[in-house]
Amino acid sequence: MLRRNLMLAVALGATLLSGAAYAADPVSIVYIPKNTGNPYFDSIIKGFEDGCKTLGCEFTTVAPASAEATSQIPFVTAQIQRGVNVVAISPNSPDALNQVFDRARAKGTIILSVNSDMPGNETHRDAAILPVDFTKTGPSQVELLGKQIGYEGEIAILSATTDAPDQNVWIAAMKETLEKDPKYAKMKLVTIAYGDDDPQKSTTETEALLANYPNLKGIISPTTVGVAAAAQVVETAKKADKVKVVGLGTPNQMRRFIENGTVEAFQLWSPYNQGLLAANFAVGVKNGTIKNEAGTVFEVPGLGKVTVEKDSVIKTQADLTTFDKTNIADFNF
Amino acid sequence: MTSIDKNPVAPRVIVREAAAPRPRWQVWLIRPEVVTLLLLVIAAIVATRLSPFFADLGFILESSTYYIEFAIVALVLTIVIISGEIDLSPAAQMALSACLFGTAFKAGAPIPVAMGVSLLSGLVMGAFNGFFVTVLRLPSIIVTIGTLILYRGLAQVLAGDKSISGFPGWFVGIDYRMVGIVPVPVLVFIAASILLGLFLGITIYGRQIYQIGTSEIAAIHAGIRVRRIKMGLFIASGLTSSIAGLMVASRLGSVRYDLATGGELTMVLIVMLGGTYIFGGRGSILGTFLAAWLLVIIATGMTVANIAINAQLTIMGLLLIVSIIATNAIYARSQR
Amino acid sequence: MSEIARLFRAREAGILVMLVLFVAVVSLIQPRFFSTETLRIVLLAVPLILVAAMGQMMVLVARHVDLSIGSILGFSAIAAGMVFRDHPELPLFVGFAVGVLSGAALGFVNGLVVTVFKLPSIIVTLGTLSLYRGLLFILSGSKQIDPNDIPEPLIRMAQTSPIDIPWIVIIAFGVAFATWLFLTYSQIGRQIYAIGSNPVAAPLRGIRVMPVTILVFTLSGALAGLAGLIYAARFGYVNPGITGVGFEFTVIAAVVIGGVSINGGVGSVLGTVLGVLLLGSVQVALPILGVSGFWQNAIYGGIILIALVIDRTVRQGGLRGLLARGGA
Repeated sequence: MLRRNLMLAVALGATLLSGAAYAADPVSIVYIPKNTGNPYFDSIIKGFEDGCKTLGCEFTTVAPASAEATSQIPFVTAQIQRGVNVVAISPNSPDALNQVFDRARAKGTIILSVNSDMPGNETHRDAAILPVDFTKTGPSQVELLGKQIGYEGEIAILSATTDAPDQNVWIAAMKETLEKDPKYAKMKLVTIAYGDDDPQKSTTETEALLANYPNLKGIISPTTVGVAAAAQVVETAKKADKVKVVGLGTPNQMRRFIENGTVEAFQLWSPYNQGLLAANFAVGVKNGTIKNEAGTVFEVPGLGKVTVEKDSVIKTQADLTTFDKTNIADFNF
Repeated sequence: MTSIDKNPVAPRVIVREAAAPRPRWQVWLIRPEVVTLLLLVIAAIVATRLSPFFADLGFILESSTYYIEFAIVALVLTIVIISGEIDLSPAAQMALSACLFGTAFKAGAPIPVAMGVSLLSGLVMGAFNGFFVTVLRLPSIIVTIGTLILYRGLAQVLAGDKSISGFPGWFVGIDYRMVGIVPVPVLVFIAASILLGLFLGITIYGRQIYQIGTSEIAAIHAGIRVRRIKMGLFIASGLTSSIAGLMVASRLGSVRYDLATGGELTMVLIVMLGGTYIFGGRGSILGTFLAAWLLVIIATGMTVANIAINAQLTIMGLLLIVSIIATNAIYARSQR
Repeated sequence: MSEIARLFRAREAGILVMLVLFVAVVSLIQPRFFSTETLRIVLLAVPLILVAAMGQMMVLVARHVDLSIGSILGFSAIAAGMVFRDHPELPLFVGFAVGVLSGAALGFVNGLVVTVFKLPSIIVTLGTLSLYRGLLFILSGSKQIDPNDIPEPLIRMAQTSPIDIPWIVIIAFGVAFATWLFLTYSQIGRQIYAIGSNPVAAPLRGIRVMPVTILVFTLSGALAGLAGLIYAARFGYVNPGITGVGFEFTVIAAVVIGGVSINGGVGSVLGTVLGVLLLGSVQVALPILGVSGFWQNAIYGGIILIALVIDRTVRQGGLRGLLARGGA
């Protein structure tokens, strides 16, 4: 306990020292994740840190305690006041931050939306760094589940909240894939449940799915909290052989279920690379070596060539990474 | 109502006399408001030392708009607590009234009508709390925990988990409207402080409220209409909450059911920091006014110094407990 | 005494009727609800609330309230989880001991501040709600305890046992039984009721109010700590920002529904168990009925208010007495 306190004091001291250095040349970047204590964002932070080590930029991260819509606003204001060059943020709301972003940009701060965009409010940020080509998420997840259940039977989706923009894009794509592609003609989507990214609610919703649809063959949960809860419920109910769970999850969260056979495979991308890419892009734009406009191509060490697309959207990777028994041991995030 | 208070000075004299066997300078110095002021000065100095970016009045005023809505409600909460009751539901009332505003707007109502709906809902919610406390005579502390959950739940039923936005430009951004360098919400707070300070300090009602908080039974015997006044306070709390809710809606340009989550802690913290006695009968608007700025300086100072949120939560919790212990000690001293 | 006993019985019978009615109505609307599968889900949902509710019930009976249990639950779950993660070689019970003892320590602090400084528990625990959450962030370094750090035997406790009822269910009802024994047969147990019914008279009857009150808060903390381990077993991981947030309201709702009076002195284990079962059934029934989860909080809040009014009505001898005596 005492050691923790000491570490905190040291960390505080370090922050103070770095504050004084902002007057110097290096580009200063701050990353504000959705909330503190979320392991997914720790990987993004790691990417930023490593990126800044090689690029020589100043990097700090601050986060609110809860992912409530307004919780990030005071942090953005404080960063403007600190005079940082770039605020990278994973926004908790698609619209509640518009005002403060406008003010930041008026003062010359670059706003990067990392990990998700702000649909309908793209004009309030400078660019968006997305983890993957989101149009592929839906079809790719349907295929992953279809393969496991022989492309036949009832399936359900366990999502986060009803207004999560990414979730809804993916779910729409899943529906379209199931309808249009004859390969999936015998797979029937029976319902969509919402677990609010809350472990407790995701658990009761999954239990209700199992109770309401005794013939259910599979669950797709394209959210890290949901897929872990679904796997836990299926394991507890001893139905792992009857109901297949796929989704988007982090390896550390899902490792147990892969190793004990509850889950055959799940997908994700590399949050680490997102951080790395964002750091490179931020420094490039600030120094004028990268033009923030559609069509620009730039090189990120370790990732290769990256293109800025329409509306200043940048995708970190094209296809999703699939994790299963063969490769899960290689990942730690 | 006025018949019992022909001599409005009388109750004050009684209170002061009982409290003043000590030298005058001590009476002045050992007052909770003085402690709050002292803390305010210390906090400002520490914050300036913590971060070179802190000492900028424009920045502090701008940041204050994130807390000022709670501070405005805390002014009314101060009076509620002085009267011996408590209201833990204002943050939830803010959310529900803001969501009602958003829903009415989405349903096609013009903004003024939607605002009217929201204010009306504040009255109703306040009266609902007041009904449980004054008519059914249930303890406000637990009633308002119940309504806290209920109002927040209703906001969720109403708005789901979607945010409602698209309000016209003139409505959005109250915190960007400035008079000089002072944002409008801050002016509202200052004006409300003066008004409520005068109400509590010089009107008959104000003194009756202190009396109710000191001894409700004595107040009843003195012919004070305790239930009516308490009902009025709960309604005022509801109305103020809905005004604060509308201010949040304007500041964010959007509303959601989880707006102002946990705000009850911030409000109670402000009132306690201002030296209001948790058991009623003592406290002042001046103290709450100073405490609001103390909170703004502490929160803003820690955020601009990049102090991690875990330390912030810890410090806020500690502050609340220490401030009630200190206030209690001061009052215990001045009593005997 | 016999009159009070009758009152107890009346209260519990009332909750039982509500529970039966609720199950009957839901089963009529959705026959699938009336099944062993549903019973299994309800039984799995209940232990977390039940264990913490036993502590909260004692606190309420002593005429206090503990709002910090959600943060204590999170703190204990993180503390135990860190033991599991950093010292996998230690046996399971060490983690349990760390969880329960850290919860007891935090509860002890609550009790100490409340009694020594004579402060209202609701404000003190509102403060420690924030304080303990901050401390748990500091303790954990804002790092989650991942599923592969939770030992396999602990997770299996939420799934099975030698008699096929998951261990956590057995533990929870065991705790309830032990609480009943404690409150009914121990001297201290009876003293808790005495303090709650009349805090002024209690010391005159030779009851040492301060240590008993501190004990009650310590027990509440310890049980919240145990609930933290049940959380880890059931959900398979512990997150510093999520685990236990808002939990206090669920538990207070369950206890108040169970007929525990917020004016102290009244409350029984059986009533609380029934209240928890009712709440658990509501929680499970909503998604099965296809009712939006958005209704859950509104329903909880409404139930608390209704329970308050019923409580008041019973004590005032009917609705007429309630309204007639209201005049000031």
